[in-house]
Amino acid sequence: MSFWLPVWALWTRDLVRFWREKARVVGYVGSPLLFWLLIGSGFGDLAFFYPGALVLTVMFSAVFSTMSLIEDRREGFLLSMLVSPAPRSSMVLGKIAGSATLAWLQGLVFLCFVPATGHTPGAAALLEAAAVIGLIAFMFTVVGFVIAWQMESTQGFHAIMNLVLLPLWLVSGSLFPIAKAHGWVQWLMRANPVTYAVSALRAPLEGHAGVPGPALSVIVTASFAAVLFAVATASATRKTTRAFA
Amino acid sequence: MIVSVDNLTRQYGARTALAGVSFQVREGEIFGVLGPNGGGKSTLFRILATMLAPSNGSASVAGYDVERQPAEVRRRIGVVFQSQSLDKKLTVFENLRAQGQLFAMHGRALAERIEEVASRLGLADRRNDLVDTLSGGLRRRVEIAKGLLHRPTVLLMDEPSTGLDPGARRELWQYVEELRDRQGITVLVTTHILDEADRADRLLLLHEGKVVAEGAPAELKARIGGDVVILDVDQPALLLPDLRARFGVEGVAQNGSVRVEIGNGHRFIAEAVEAFPGAIHSVALHKPTLEDVFLDETGANLS
Repeated sequence: MSFWLPVWALWTRDLVRFWREKARVVGYVGSPLLFWLLIGSGFGDLAFFYPGALVLTVMFSAVFSTMSLIEDRREGFLLSMLVSPAPRSSMVLGKIAGSATLAWLQGLVFLCFVPATGHTPGAAALLEAAAVIGLIAFMFTVVGFVIAWQMESTQGFHAIMNLVLLPLWLVSGSLFPIAKAHGWVQWLMRANPVTYAVSALRAPLEGHAGVPGPALSVIVTASFAAVLFAVATASATRKTTRAFA
Repeated sequence: MIVSVDNLTRQYGARTALAGVSFQVREGEIFGVLGPNGGGKSTLFRILATMLAPSNGSASVAGYDVERQPAEVRRRIGVVFQSQSLDKKLTVFENLRAQGQLFAMHGRALAERIEEVASRLGLADRRNDLVDTLSGGLRRRVEIAKGLLHRPTVLLMDEPSTGLDPGARRELWQYVEELRDRQGITVLVTTHILDEADRADRLLLLHEGKVVAEGAPAELKARIGGDVVILDVDQPALLLPDLRARFGVEGVAQNGSVRVEIGNGHRFIAEAVEAFPGAIHSVALHKPTLEDVFLDETGANLS
């Protein structure tokens, strides 16, 4: 059975839907943009808060678009997929590719605001930033997939978003650098994968390496995404013992 | 046998949804599974559609075991869900194309097959409409088109008439009968609607996870024989002994009425009204329905 056709089917489906619901772009880019302008203006430092706000945009988009999985497999297109001979791994990849692409596009929209920070990255730095945003989009999409696959309801998903993902973002170096954090929070920040995602983005946008360093940041982000991708595939291919519909 | 189910059992924790169900479906027939909600129909449907593993027993479709060879089974079944499995933000064509791609169909062959299936189901002029804008009846037809796209040998349909008005329901069944007659597709349909069950070639009556009867609808109804008469009275229980003594029939008392199965119902009515003056408020007579069959076999109502 073909592996790539189902991937293609799911990926293009997400893109077409996205194109038809352009209002979503405004929603996911809008609120991080507002956070950034308010917090950045309040502290008088738009530049420092910019990478974190961009990561927040990507996180919102990626995580919320994977939330559709919960409904989709109960009452939606994914139901047909579950009873088709298409391999489950191609379903996982197709769904993640779709959501990650959308999150990436929204990250790129946010990237257009970079001149407001006072930094003017060159073409190479912008390309690097775009690539890093793609990686971060992939990471958050996989995180969202793993959570959504375990969930029976969207309410539970919101709880995890508020209790786990947002706090992780708060201690990721988005709002204050590791060096300024007190005591145990510093350790928490070092252990937090989102810290590495934010830091990976600081290098190309600010023109100098942050803490942790850029190479380590990219490696940690990519490894974290790869491990979770394996988890996502494993949990989706596990034999079905409970009722989906 | 195209579908073969043997001693199928499914438990959800302490609750038993299916308790040793066995039956066989012949190639090219419309096979109905009739029962009240919660009777085990949906569990049976999910197991046959390879979405749920049985706790015990086995089921096979086209010779392949649903539990051990799900991929083989999936290639041969078309599944029409009760809930919508369409993407409402996509057009009819886009939904069908994505479905085809799941079955490794592509390019011109896929496009031609979509045209073929869409025109057979009367969807040709709707191909570029968003599913969101379609009526319930049309959406159900798109669901069926989706199920048929990869040329399955067995079409599984879960309560296909749910939410459809009588006109749309009639239309849908015309398509289903055409599929059987022209293409020899086997159709297994679960339902709790009598009209729908009446149109099946053979029926399985399912109650509390067990098979209570099996056969052609006419055959099942013929078992009752004669007519069903409902006498509307004040105290149903008191009338039963008199009915037994004077007419030799066993009535069944049910909320405010007595139900009697008897040959020559019209004659019985005249005699009963005369025999119990003033006691009978109203009388109804009908030929046995599947509802009566179900009531007879289980003592419970279908709905």
